[in-house]
Amino acid sequence: MDFSYSNEDRLLTVYLTEEIDQHTAEKVRRKIDDEIERFIPRKVIFDFDNISFMDSSGIGMVLGRYKLAKMLGGDFEIINVNKSIKRIFEMSGVTRIIMTREKNNIKIEEKQGIINEKIQKNFNEEEEDEGII
Amino acid sequence: MKGLYDNEMKIVFASKTVNEAFARITVAAFVSQLDPTIDELSDIKTAVSEAVTNSIIHGYENEEGSVEINARIFANNVEIEISDSGKGIENVEIAMRPLYTSKPNLERSGMGFTIMQSFMDEMKVESSLGFGTRVIMRKKIRSVEEEQVS
Ligand SMILES: Nc1ncnc2c1ncn2[C@@H]1O[C@H](COP(=O)(O)OP(=O)(O)O)[C@@H](O)[C@H]1O
Ligand SMILES: [Mg+2]
Repeated sequence: MDFSYSNEDRLLTVYLTEEIDQHTAEKVRRKIDDEIERFIPRKVIFDFDNISFMDSSGIGMVLGRYKLAKMLGGDFEIINVNKSIKRIFEMSGVTRIIMTREKNNIKIEEKQGIINEKIQKNFNEEEEDEGII
Repeated sequence: MKGLYDNEMKIVFASKTVNEAFARITVAAFVSQLDPTIDELSDIKTAVSEAVTNSIIHGYENEEGSVEINARIFANNVEIEISDSGKGIENVEIAMRPLYTSKPNLERSGMGFTIMQSFMDEMKVESSLGFGTRVIMRKKIRSVEEEQVS
């Protein structure tokens, strides 16, 4: 498991690297909590790009970290999950409370859509900032 | 071991969570002789992981014990039986309800049985309080079937 933290936008990204079951979930949850408590991020991103396997232990592991991040005032997002992991998150209701993005086999047009959305969002935020000044 | 099944295997291992990966990988290796799709294999691995985890953390509550897996193949069907001699389940019907867990403190979500049910074609739970629990799951491997048709 790796972490990256960007001071600028207070973004903590957690790169999960091991198959997630009860054994590995117990191992990593404390470490992730420590990082969240250390940085108090504006947003925590769980990156599942390297995870091909997760059982239901992952549900509690994700929800536990989500609750901590929320309690400390941060947002939470899950990215790069494969189809089978997405299904587990859907069945348990996780996707209803946490933004969950599937792995990038999305079409170019959709990708462009997301990029446009991002540009628009940055633009809006800048405008908001200016408004405050 | 003769006649009833095309193939059969059995493993017994200590009730330690570190063995969850060993268990699902071993069963997946056994099932791969049926040439399952990646999705089918992933479903089976998940279901096995759920049942094995349950035996370890609920059945034995992380105490010493052993978990047994019997897997059988007949035509393009696989049957997996996972059993423990742990504390057993008082009310199987309640235990199987989605989101029911007796261990929320362990960050359990209560979705194990629901996942087993939906990832496999059939699932049955036999349990007796103080004696243990046995989960039997079946799945038809469709890629074999498709090959025979075409
Ligand atoms: N092998 C077992 N031995 C004893 N109790 C079990 C066993 N398997 C399941 N249970 C009981 O059934 C409940 C539901 O199991 P499950 O759906 O896998 O959810 P979870 O494991 O997240 O609690 C468990 O909380 C436990 O009380
Ligand atoms: Mg379970």
